[in-house]
Formats: sequence, structure tokens, C-alpha cells
Amino acid sequence: MSLRRDGKLPIAWKLILIVMPLLAAVIALGIGRMPIAPSEVIEVLSSKLSGNVPRSNELVVKTVMQLRLPRILLAAVVGAGLSVAGCAFQSLFANPLATPDTLGVASGAGFGAALGILLGFNLIGVQITGLIMGGAAVTLTWLAGSGKDKGGLSYIVLSGIMIGSLFSALVSLIKYVADEESQLPAITYWLMGGLDKANYKTLALGAPIIIIGIILFMLIRWRMNLLPLSDDEARASGVNIRAFRAITVVGATAITASAVSMCGQVGWVGLLIPHMSRMIFGNNHLSIVPASISFGAVFMIIVDTMARSVSASEIPVSILTAIIGAPFFIVLMRRSGGWRI
Amino acid sequence: MNEKKKKAPLLAVRGGSFSYKGGPQILKDVNIELEAGEILAILGPNGAGKTTLLRCMMDMLRWDSGKSLLEGEDIRHIPASKLWRRMAYVPQARSAAASYTAFQTVLLGRSSRIAAFSSPGADDMQAAEDAMKRLGIMHLADKPCHAISGGELQMVLIARAIAAEADILILDEPESNLDFKNQLVVLDAISSLADEGKACIFNTHYPAHALQRADKSLLLTKGGMSIYGPTKFVVSEDDIRSIFGVNAIIGEFGDTQSVVPISIHE
Repeated sequence: MSLRRDGKLPIAWKLILIVMPLLAAVIALGIGRMPIAPSEVIEVLSSKLSGNVPRSNELVVKTVMQLRLPRILLAAVVGAGLSVAGCAFQSLFANPLATPDTLGVASGAGFGAALGILLGFNLIGVQITGLIMGGAAVTLTWLAGSGKDKGGLSYIVLSGIMIGSLFSALVSLIKYVADEESQLPAITYWLMGGLDKANYKTLALGAPIIIIGIILFMLIRWRMNLLPLSDDEARASGVNIRAFRAITVVGATAITASAVSMCGQVGWVGLLIPHMSRMIFGNNHLSIVPASISFGAVFMIIVDTMARSVSASEIPVSILTAIIGAPFFIVLMRRSGGWRI
Repeated sequence: MNEKKKKAPLLAVRGGSFSYKGGPQILKDVNIELEAGEILAILGPNGAGKTTLLRCMMDMLRWDSGKSLLEGEDIRHIPASKLWRRMAYVPQARSAAASYTAFQTVLLGRSSRIAAFSSPGADDMQAAEDAMKRLGIMHLADKPCHAISGGELQMVLIARAIAAEADILILDEPESNLDFKNQLVVLDAISSLADEGKACIFNTHYPAHALQRADKSLLLTKGGMSIYGPTKFVVSEDDIRSIFGVNAIIGEFGDTQSVVPISIHE
């Protein structure tokens, strides 16, 4: 499929990007200790959607609707969100190594969650403290890195690294004082990342933020092409580039903090998926934003389905993203012969 | 009122002075006037502030005193989206970092005309294509910018400025780092754009290029002083000696003029 000169996605790719996540979701809904055929999954979903009573037995309906669906929705939203946030940060800093955590968001949110667990909050409480501290970390980074005498974005990246390590140290401190029997394992396990805590309540709090962020980036995706330009070039575009960068940071940060607060630190997705999209589509954000969203959702659904089904006990998802992601990425990189931002 | 507006030059700098915070005066009382179809060359040794002057002129740096005027209006009071439809900036090819295809890069010249939530339409595509065809570089359209030569990239960046449909082109050392032929390709492009009525300002290290192409020249010294006027008066053997510290001879070569450096002036 050849790419279009204007950078828009060809119809065939548009279809693929829409169908793939749906297909992955339907298949994943059927996978688990109780296998369910895709046709039955579709029957349950469609009758629920149209308000009818499904013909399948109650256990199947409950498994699909209560156990698996929230988790798969969470995987899709988090995967799509982290990918598009990673894509935005890579372009903003014109740096292929930028990830959603570049500004210290994930460390901050991780600290918030650990603090929540230490203080004995329930899941929603942990999620909220995660969100708050994620936002606090980025605010600190921004305050530390931007001043009147601006050294450009590299200052902000540097202070992001500092603030990130500061919050990592604070997490260690919390682990150190946490109760070894109950809290320490809970914190450690939580930080490893997992979607097993998914339910409609968690989703209701975290997903809207991510979805709004995704919609934002879809809307401004052509203009995101200005992000990697040098300062003077970007200003000569006639766009208020400072405000535009700030919007990008706020959007990507909100997505990341929200994702971390729901399912811990899920590494790799935000680095891997945008690069995969760039290898296929080049650097035009008209294509790579929707591609990152779709690929991210599919990747996360697949990885999380493996996390909950390959062994009797749950495997932390960030371990799997790395085990699957690293070799996959290397193969792709070698085959495509590299790329640039 | 109307009469007054007509008299205001397309682009002017009045009494522009600038120094970096705590540093020495870089630009002192710079005065420039440029009309449609004119070319202005800015000359000066390394570190004299040629790029600084361009950046002040475009309000990317604030003048300490003085101002830049677009048709008599202080450009600081013109909204960015409006200003950059009139004015286009062509950076040095080597500082252009992003790696889009040439066509997408040219298309970015349309940014000030495309709304935040929108993407390029048919007329933007057409403008980008016209700009590339105008410079004869349509064959580069689908090549990524990191895979073309420096001369080609410079032409792509000029095409981006053309696609912006601006009246004023500001080019930062457009022909430095280019080989002999590509220097001519770029300079010819500037000349023919001026013939079409665009005002062009370019920084250069080569007095000969000013002599051959520019209607007006501005020579900058390291102390912030400047000499400004019609090129034939300003680019002289005496001024080259005092500004660059180089003994040079200006001579006729066929139907063109050039500057040959002879020795360092002690």
C-alpha cells in the first residue's frame, strides 16, 4: 500500500486501523480459563448493546461483561493513550528516546499510588493520589525547567530526569517504611503494572481523561507536525508555538498520569508503538497519531490477554511488554533499515 | 490617511538596537527600508550579529529600542498568524531538523492558513505543488528531507516560504555550505522571486553575492556599527577592508562583478 503525498491515511489503512482493535477485543474476550467462541462473544455483546437478554448462560455473560470486558477496555484505552502520549513527547522533544515518562509523570504517579497504599486507601483512593502526584511531578518539572532565560526544551528534559529520580527515591523511601508483610508486596506488585484491578469504577475515573486526551491529539494531529521543528522555524509558522507545546504537554501528561494511576507503570508501549508507526508511515502525524492509537490498543490487548492466560497466576504486564516488545522492536528496526524523527 | 499608508515602505527597521543581556552592544541604530521586488543583503564577519539582526527584524528577539515596521505598522502589534502570511523565514538548511518528506515540509508553509483542528485542503496541496514546480524540485516531493543534499534541502525550504505566499522572504545564509552550482541555483531563485515582486533579505558571507544580486546592502561591524545603502556604494574595496579586515579587489568579469580577496589587512 503506497502512502499518500498529503500524509493522510489511505482508506485501506483506515479500515485496518479501525477493525484491528475490535477484532483483537472480540478474540481476547473469548480467551481465558473459560474459552468462549467469538460468535458467542459477539452475540452477548450485541444483545447487551441492543438491550435484549443474551441467549448464552449467565456464567458466560458474566465472564464476558463483568470480568473480561472492563479489563480489555482498560487495556485498549491505556495502550492507545500511552502510545499517543509517547508519540507526542518524541515529537515535542525531537528525540526518539522520549517516552511518556520523560517529564517524570509516571514516577510521580507511581509515588502517589505507593503513598496511597501505605496510607491504606482503597483502589479508587490509590488511583486519585496517583493522579494528583503525577500532575504534581510535571508541574515541578515545568517550574524547574522553564524560566525567563530559556535554554529551550533541553532544560525541561533535564529537570524531568531529575524530578523523575527524585520521585523514584521517594518510592524507595515508602517501600522502606512500608509494612513488610502486607504493604510492601502490594506496592511492589502495583508498581510492576497490571490490569487485574480493572473494573467499571476505575474506568469511569481514569478512562475519560485518556479518551479526551486521545481526541485532542486526533484533532490537532496535523499541527503536531510543527512540534519537532527548530524554535525559529516553528515560530515562523505563525502558530503560537509556546501555547501549542504547552497544550501537548498537558494532554500527554494527563493521559500518562491517568494510565499509571489505573494500572501501574506499563513500560515500553509508549516507546515501541510510536516508533512502529513511524517505521510504517513516516513522520507525518496525520498518519502516525491514528496508527499509534490503534496499534497501541491492539498491542496492549494482546499483551494483557497473555498476562492473564498463559499461566495459572497473573504475570505483571510490564514484564511481558518488555519480553515481547524488545525482540519485536529489534526485528522491525533491522528490517525497516532505521528511521528518523 | 490612505496617502500615508501608501508611502510606508513594505518592510522597515527604524533605529534598531540590540544587545544580549549583560553583553556588548551588537546592533546600534540599524535603519532599513525595503520595497516589493527589492533584495537586501546583510554582510559582516562571523559574530557581527547577522543572524541576530534577522531575528530582531522578525520579532523573534526584542529590539532594545527601535522597531520593525510592516507597511508602517509595528510588527509587534500584528498577530502572529497574520504576520507570517506576509513574511516567511528560510532557515539554514543544516539547522532544519525535522525529517518529513520534501512535500510535507513545503506543506508546512501553509500552517498560518490552516486552522488548529484542520488539515491541508486541496488549495494547500496545490500551493505546495506550485511552489515546488516553480523551483523545479517536484521530483524531490516524496523523498525524506534527511535523504536529499544540502542544496536540495535549501530549495525545499525556499519552496516552503513560497507556499506561504508571503511578500517578504527572509533567508539566513541560504547559500553557505553549498557547492558552486547550488550557490547559483539558490541565488537565481532569489533573483527571480524578487523579479516577481517579492522582497528578499538574505545574510551572506560573500560580498560578491551582494554585489551581483542585491539592490541594497547592510554591512555590520563587530562593534555594532553598520553601513547601509545601495549595494554599489556600500560594497566597496574600502568598506570591505574596514569591515572584514581584508584587502580585496572588486573587478569586472564579463558582464558581472566579483570580489577577490587578496590579503589580510594589518
